[in-house]
Amino acid sequence: MRLLLVLLCLMAALPARAERVVAGLSQTQVAINTSFSGSEILIFGAVRREAPLPEGALHVVVTVAGPSGPVTVRRKARRFGIWVNTEAVVIDAAPSFYAVASTAPLAQALSQDEDMRHKVSIPRAIRATGTAAQAADSENFIEALVRIRSRVGLYQVLPGEVALTEDTLFRTSIALPANLTEGDYRTRIFLTREGEVIDAFETAITVRKVGLERWTYMLAHERPLVYGLLSLAIAIAAGWGASAAFRLIRG
Amino acid sequence: MQIYLPIAEVSVNAFLLLGMGGLVGVLSGMFGIGGGFLMTPLLFFIGIPPAVAVATEAAQIVASSFSGVLAHLRRKTVDIRMGTVLMIGGLVGAGIGIAIFNMLRQMGQVDLLVKLCYVVFLGIIGALMFMESLRAIRRSRSGKTAPRRRQRTWIHALPFKMKFRTSGLYISVIPPLAVGALVGILAAIMGVGGGFIMVPAMIYLLGMPTKVVVGTSLFQIIFVTAFATLLHATTNFTVDLGLAVLLLIGGVIGAQVGARIGVAMKAEQLRILLSLLVLAVCGKLALDLLLEPAEIYSLSAGKF
Repeated sequence: MRLLLVLLCLMAALPARAERVVAGLSQTQVAINTSFSGSEILIFGAVRREAPLPEGALHVVVTVAGPSGPVTVRRKARRFGIWVNTEAVVIDAAPSFYAVASTAPLAQALSQDEDMRHKVSIPRAIRATGTAAQAADSENFIEALVRIRSRVGLYQVLPGEVALTEDTLFRTSIALPANLTEGDYRTRIFLTREGEVIDAFETAITVRKVGLERWTYMLAHERPLVYGLLSLAIAIAAGWGASAAFRLIRG
Repeated sequence: MQIYLPIAEVSVNAFLLLGMGGLVGVLSGMFGIGGGFLMTPLLFFIGIPPAVAVATEAAQIVASSFSGVLAHLRRKTVDIRMGTVLMIGGLVGAGIGIAIFNMLRQMGQVDLLVKLCYVVFLGIIGALMFMESLRAIRRSRSGKTAPRRRQRTWIHALPFKMKFRTSGLYISVIPPLAVGALVGILAAIMGVGGGFIMVPAMIYLLGMPTKVVVGTSLFQIIFVTAFATLLHATTNFTVDLGLAVLLLIGGVIGAQVGARIGVAMKAEQLRILLSLLVLAVCGKLALDLLLEPAEIYSLSAGKF
């Protein structure tokens, strides 16, 4: 419902501003195969104008978000001389991957209201309702989530990484790391002027396992018993094979 | 060469895995151990999720124990009857172990449990083995032979006695069942075969002759870790075939090389080296628990 309202607002705003974003992606499918070691997605496009260039600084903000899911963040404390997990905070929904690239620092490219409305920055993209009741300092847990995922390249803030030429052409590249989960990666491009969103474009990048990876994963989840027995059969065959081969070499 | 593991959902270097498999294989061949207690922490270290590491390591142990038990069967150094009793205890233990593992995972304490188990068991076994082999070296230097001890203890007073011909024993089935169950619990929780605790228990507690101990423990380990693998695969979906195959290839080759090195060394020297290795792993894990970690927060997907 809220999304619909936003879209309606956007559409209402369009004719007055008369600036629209046209965009493309270097690929909309990412195939995870055995040799997958990350992927680089090029996102590019142009600003279409039917009126002369208006006043104010133009910015482009690009976000790529992986599928969301609940995450439990735990904190260790020293108990009886050793470090053990003591407190935990469950975060309702956090994207498994999130990158936000912009032409300027985000605070400059996007006003706080617009950030709140479109959930662009990382803290806004994480839905952490009801965490305050779980720990006195729940914000530290959310910070830890962002810090840990940023360290392994799952959360990326890329200010100034979108190149904008002549207020018309823009491009950026987002590096998807190797430890990617499957799903639809929602990709959004916002065109802002003076911090206000004047147009948005949305598409999705599909990340799927293919070939042997897909087969193994499906078998493990849909036929776990068969998969377990297959693992044992392979293990026993390898053990027997090694023993037989070694006897052959010796004898 | 990077390779993407389908279940662990991480990309790792295939040669690194082969090398790790090989290195642990050499050690396991040298010392006649499964190597699970070395491999599982190594897998944690390179970023494999702990649940996947424990489950996959169980599959790998099946392979290496099967390879080993074939050699012992040919030499007739497996007490199948004793192995079966140990196995029955082990299967029950593995079931209990998986239940404990899943319960503690929900409480977020599984890392602590696994590490504490490692520190306690490796510490005790390592220290005992170190002292024992020091004594043996001193004894062999002074030229005396080791005294043969097989005194009657409380073990012999228990009911339900059974004859184990291969081991030349007539004892109650309760101690082997208990030893088997304990090892089963450890196998499920720690992702190890449990040979490092079963072998000393068989020698010192059950009084089994040393020549049948290794073969019999391997026999039990195959069934118990196979059962643990199946339980992990069906309840947690955490067995990674790609990872298992790579570790296997390195492991079986390494084990054969290690066995050759082992033959060339004296038993006491081997035991003292092994005890030092066990104590080193124990010390590293103990430090992790005692020192303040660089990151006191940790993440896990899902609501628990």
